[in-house]
Amino acid sequence: MGIIVEAIITGILTGGVYALMASGLTLVFGVMDIINVGQGALVILGAYLSFFLEQKLHIDLFVGLLITMPVMFGLGLLIEWLFIRPIKRDRTMLSILVTFGVALIIEGFLNIIFSADNVKLQAWYITASFPIGGFYLSYIYVFGFLLAVLLLGGLYFLLYRTKFGYGLRASMQNRTAAELIGVDVERVSMITFGIGVALAAAGGMAFGATNAFNAGSAYDLISRLLAIIIFGGMGSLRGALIASVGMLVVEDVTSVVWSPVWASTVFFILLVIILLVRPQGLFGQVEGRKQ
Amino acid sequence: MKIIKTAGLLVLLLFVIVFPMLFSNPAVTTIAVFTLMFAAATTGWNIFSGYSGYIALGHGAYFGLGAYTLAIMCQRWNIPGGYLPFLLVPVAGLVAAAFSVVLGWIALRVRRHTFVVITIAMFFILQLLAYNLKGLTNGSTGLGLPIPTDWSGDFFNIPFYYVTLAILLVAIAISWWVRNSKYGLGLLAIRDDEDRALGLGVKTGPSKLSAFVISALIVGMVGATWAYFVESIYPPTAFDATFDVAVALMAFLGGLGTIAGPLLGALLLEPTQQYFTLQFSQNGYYLVIYGALFLVILLLLPQGIIPTLRMRWGKYQATRHQQQPEGEDDPTISTLPGQGDSASATRKEGINL
Repeated sequence: MGIIVEAIITGILTGGVYALMASGLTLVFGVMDIINVGQGALVILGAYLSFFLEQKLHIDLFVGLLITMPVMFGLGLLIEWLFIRPIKRDRTMLSILVTFGVALIIEGFLNIIFSADNVKLQAWYITASFPIGGFYLSYIYVFGFLLAVLLLGGLYFLLYRTKFGYGLRASMQNRTAAELIGVDVERVSMITFGIGVALAAAGGMAFGATNAFNAGSAYDLISRLLAIIIFGGMGSLRGALIASVGMLVVEDVTSVVWSPVWASTVFFILLVIILLVRPQGLFGQVEGRKQ
Repeated sequence: MKIIKTAGLLVLLLFVIVFPMLFSNPAVTTIAVFTLMFAAATTGWNIFSGYSGYIALGHGAYFGLGAYTLAIMCQRWNIPGGYLPFLLVPVAGLVAAAFSVVLGWIALRVRRHTFVVITIAMFFILQLLAYNLKGLTNGSTGLGLPIPTDWSGDFFNIPFYYVTLAILLVAIAISWWVRNSKYGLGLLAIRDDEDRALGLGVKTGPSKLSAFVISALIVGMVGATWAYFVESIYPPTAFDATFDVAVALMAFLGGLGTIAGPLLGALLLEPTQQYFTLQFSQNGYYLVIYGALFLVILLLLPQGIIPTLRMRWGKYQATRHQQQPEGEDDPTISTLPGQGDSASATRKEGINL
C-alpha cells in the first residue's frame, strides 16, 4: 500500500511539471489552430540551457530560469515570426511539418554542442531528500511542483485578469470575431507562442532535474505531451492540467504495481480507451462543421 | 498529345527498368533502392492522406509492422536468405494492413488535428511495444534477417531494386485507379467537405477506412522489403519517427493528392537525404541541414511542385486563349465599358417592351 501512495504522490508532483509543458502546447493550439510538435525539442533545449548555466556559470537552476525563460520567450517570438506566420493556407498540416523542421534543427544543434551523451542537472535539492509518511522524497519534486503551481497561477492571472488575456481568450473562441472587435490577433498569436515556449523552458528545467536526458529525449516527450493534450481535449487548459496529473499518476502506479517497462504503454492504452468512449477528449469541443 | 504522354511514360519506365544495368555501382543502386522504397511508401501514403485530406503522421507504424512481421516470420520458420523472403513480403503487408483496420477504425472516429495527433500517438505505442514485447521482438537488441549469401557485391542490390520497383508499380496502379474511380471521387469529396459528401451519399466511414488500409498495406510491404535489405532491425529504426514525416514532406513537396507528386518528391528528397547522411558522419549536422531544407521547401512551395506548375501552365494557357479570340473578334465585340452599359440598357428596354 505504501508504495502505491508514494507512486500517487510522485505522480501528482511530476504531473504538475508535465502540465507546465502541456499547457503551452494546448494554449498555442487553442489560439493559433496549430500543433507545435517542436515543443518536445524546446523543452529539451530549455533543460540544456539550464544545464549550461549551471555547469559553466554556476547559476542555480531556479535562478537560471530568470534568464532561460525570457530567452526562450524571445526564441518563441522569433520562431512564430519566421516560420509560423508566413503559412497562409493549410495551417494545421503545414504547421506540424514546419515545427517538426524546427525540432530537427534544434535536435541537430544540441547533438553538435552537447553530444548525444545523457546528462542530468545537478543541485543540492536534487540529491537531498526528506522523509514523508514512510518514504523519502527528493526536494526537487516538491520544488518543481511549486514552480508549476506558481507559473500556472501566473498564467491563470494573465488569461483571466488582464486585457491581454481577454484578447487571447477571444481569439481562442473565434479568431475572426476577435479581429473584428479590435483584437490584434497576430500579436496575440506571437505572444502566445512565446509564452508556450517560455513554459517549455521552465518545464524543461524541472524535467531535466528528475530525468537524465539527451537531444533524442524530445521524441518520447512530445509523444507524451500530445497524448496529454488529446486526453484533456485539445485547446482546453483545464483538460491539460487534469490529464497531466491523471496520466502521470497512472504511469507511476503502473510502474510500481506491474513494471516500469509497461508504464508508458499503459499511458497510451488509456488514451486509446478514452478516445473510444469520448473522441473529443475530456474537455474538448466536438469539431463543428467547417465553414 | 496523349500519344506523346504515353510514349514518354513508357520511355521513363524502360529507363527505370534498365537503370541498374546502366549504373551498376552498388553505391548508386543502394540510393536507387531507397528512393524507390520511399516513392512507393509516399504513393501509398498519398492514396489515403492525399486524396481524403486526412493527414496521417503515423505511417511509420505500418512500415515497422511490415519490417518486424517479416523478421519474425523468417526467424520462426528458419527461412534461408535468397528469394524466398520476398514471397513473404505481401504477407507482412497484410499483417500491417490487419493492424491498420483496428487502429484506423479508432483513429478515424475523430477529424482534423485530433486525427493527426492520434496517428502520431499510435505510432509511438507501437514503437514502445517493439521495445517491450521482448519475447517477440527481442527488445532493443533488435532482430536479424536471413542474409542472402549467394548474392555478392554488385548483384546484391539488384533483386531488391526490382522487388521494390514492382511494389512501386502496384502502388502507382492503385493510386491511378483510385484517382480515376467513383471511389476516389468520394475520397476527394471527403477532403473538400466531409459532411456534404455524406449528405450526397458517399459512404464516408468505409471509404476512409479502406483507403487507410490500402495505404498501410503498401507501406507495410515497403517496410518488409526495407527490413530484408538492411538485414537487421531495431525499434527506433523500424519504427522511425522521421519516416512519418518524411513521407508527408515528400508528398507535400511534389504535390498532395496527385499521382506524380509523391514520385517527384521522393525522387528529389531521398537521394538528397542519402547524400547528406553520407557526407556528414556526425548526426547533428545532418539533422540541421535536413531540418533547414525542410523549412525552405515548406515555406517556398507550400502547394507542392506539380500543383504550382499546373497552375502556371493553366495561367499561361488562359492568357494565350484570351489573346487569340480577342484579336479575331475585335470588330464584333466592343470592349468599351460605356457601350457595354448601353447594350445592357437596351436589353433592359427589350424586356420592358
